[in-house]
Amino acid sequence: MSNTIVSRLKRKKITDVLATGKRMDGRDLLQYRDWEIKTNFLAKSEGSAEVRLGKTHVVVGVKVDVGHPFEDTPDAGVMMVNAEYTPAAHPTWEPGPPSDDAIELARVVDRGLRAAEILDMEKLGLVSGEKVQMIFIDLYVLNYDGNLIDACSAGALAALTTADAPKFKVSKEEEVEKTDKTEKLKLKAHPVAVTVCKIGDSLIVDPTYDEEEVKDGRITITVDENGNLNAIQKRGAVGFTVDEIKKCINIASEKAAEIRAIALAGE
Amino acid sequence: MSKKTKKKTTKRKSSKKKWARVDGRKPDELRPLNIESGVIPNADGSAYIEMGRNKIIVGVYGPREMHPKRFSKPNRGVLRCRYHMAPFSVDPRRSPAPSRRDQEISMVITDAIEPALFLERYPRSVIDVYAEIIEADGGTRCASINAAAVALADAGIPMKDLVSSCAAGKYDGKIVLDLGDYEDKKGESDVPVAYLPKIGEVTLLQMEGIMTQEETEKCIELAIEGCKQVYEAQKEALKKKYGMVEEAEEKAEEKEQETGEEETVEEEEEE
Repeated sequence: MSNTIVSRLKRKKITDVLATGKRMDGRDLLQYRDWEIKTNFLAKSEGSAEVRLGKTHVVVGVKVDVGHPFEDTPDAGVMMVNAEYTPAAHPTWEPGPPSDDAIELARVVDRGLRAAEILDMEKLGLVSGEKVQMIFIDLYVLNYDGNLIDACSAGALAALTTADAPKFKVSKEEEVEKTDKTEKLKLKAHPVAVTVCKIGDSLIVDPTYDEEEVKDGRITITVDENGNLNAIQKRGAVGFTVDEIKKCINIASEKAAEIRAIALAGE
Repeated sequence: MSKKTKKKTTKRKSSKKKWARVDGRKPDELRPLNIESGVIPNADGSAYIEMGRNKIIVGVYGPREMHPKRFSKPNRGVLRCRYHMAPFSVDPRRSPAPSRRDQEISMVITDAIEPALFLERYPRSVIDVYAEIIEADGGTRCASINAAAVALADAGIPMKDLVSSCAAGKYDGKIVLDLGDYEDKKGESDVPVAYLPKIGEVTLLQMEGIMTQEETEKCIELAIEGCKQVYEAQKEALKKKYGMVEEAEEKAEEKEQETGEEETVEEEEEE
């Protein structure tokens, strides 16, 4: 899209404004829109979070179930992240199999959580080689106005921290039974993703749809509470210099604490 | 028994003196690297790479008409890369259907290579790059990019620079270059990087694991050093093919001297 005439005009307008150190909506370059995160608002899922970041609106659902482990890890639980670009969320989105971007969204959020070792998977085993706990994290986009990765990753963290996971009972016959008792999931880390967008010479965070449409590239960096990096993903047909990458990492390390505090506020 | 004790003492000594990788490489040493260009006769350009035990073949077709047409762009060409693993490339066998992982890697490979091309020269067209992983041994996305860049050059497609790619990561507490399958799976983290050596820009950057900011930056810098070594091997692969052309010309000249037929020489040169 970034080469059609309309978006070239849009790009010019946006870069002109960026050159003055401000954004189209009046924000500073490194300023997020207002966050609003509501947790545990769905009765039928073990964990949930509704995230509003400006006009971007996503719902994250966490379901805990019993299933088969993978062959190579008979005692480890399974965590799965899936993203759904609902056709209701944007005029250009259509029903059908997940687009490349939806797959990337799910995989980048998944990578951040998994690499940070957010859950002790070995503790989620029930019957070796037969039954383990499955943690499903579904990212549901309801309105798209940019920066889905950051919104979904904060939502996933918020939903996981507040989830009431059922306790399971394993009988002598190795039958697994769901009890009425619940407990919080034990999170070992609190990773959040920060996406830094490159438009011309400017680096910005939290792009809107318009800014994403005209961007050159972006780097998403997932940072845990100890300041360690857990995941990086660069997108866009453009190169970054090493200096730019280091700047992005610095921005991410700084912004991550801010987002983490908001995501964990409901705890 | 005496043998055992002897072993123990030597081990202790060596662990103090030297730290070795699983395959005995130095921390900043690449795996054996071999690239060959022009290996698929039907393709416009092609390359085969062996990077460690990775075996990958890449075919390039185009610029050609885009099918389906709705994916074409009126003002520029489209680069379409497909990363695909053969069912027998890993253990256990995997389904030949493209996985979500394959789809994501295809995207990041496209992003890594596109900045090296002049796509604005090919409106409504597509350049197809097909990377087939015959055997996987860790770092397949990097090896695919390396082969794809050589294959694109082999196809005669003008490029701003070759794209060189290599990973670095943390294994056993040390920052190491070009992780093999074992180091990739058992190590703390992995940072694949693609680099345009002449332009000095990073076009692929991913990371997975737990590392401090400092370690991550060190990894990126080490990976870039690796990319520079790969760059030399890529140029070598192209020169080798170019050298063969020179050889062919020499042979043709000899032939000409023998037979005095000028036409055959011209044909050879055109090729």
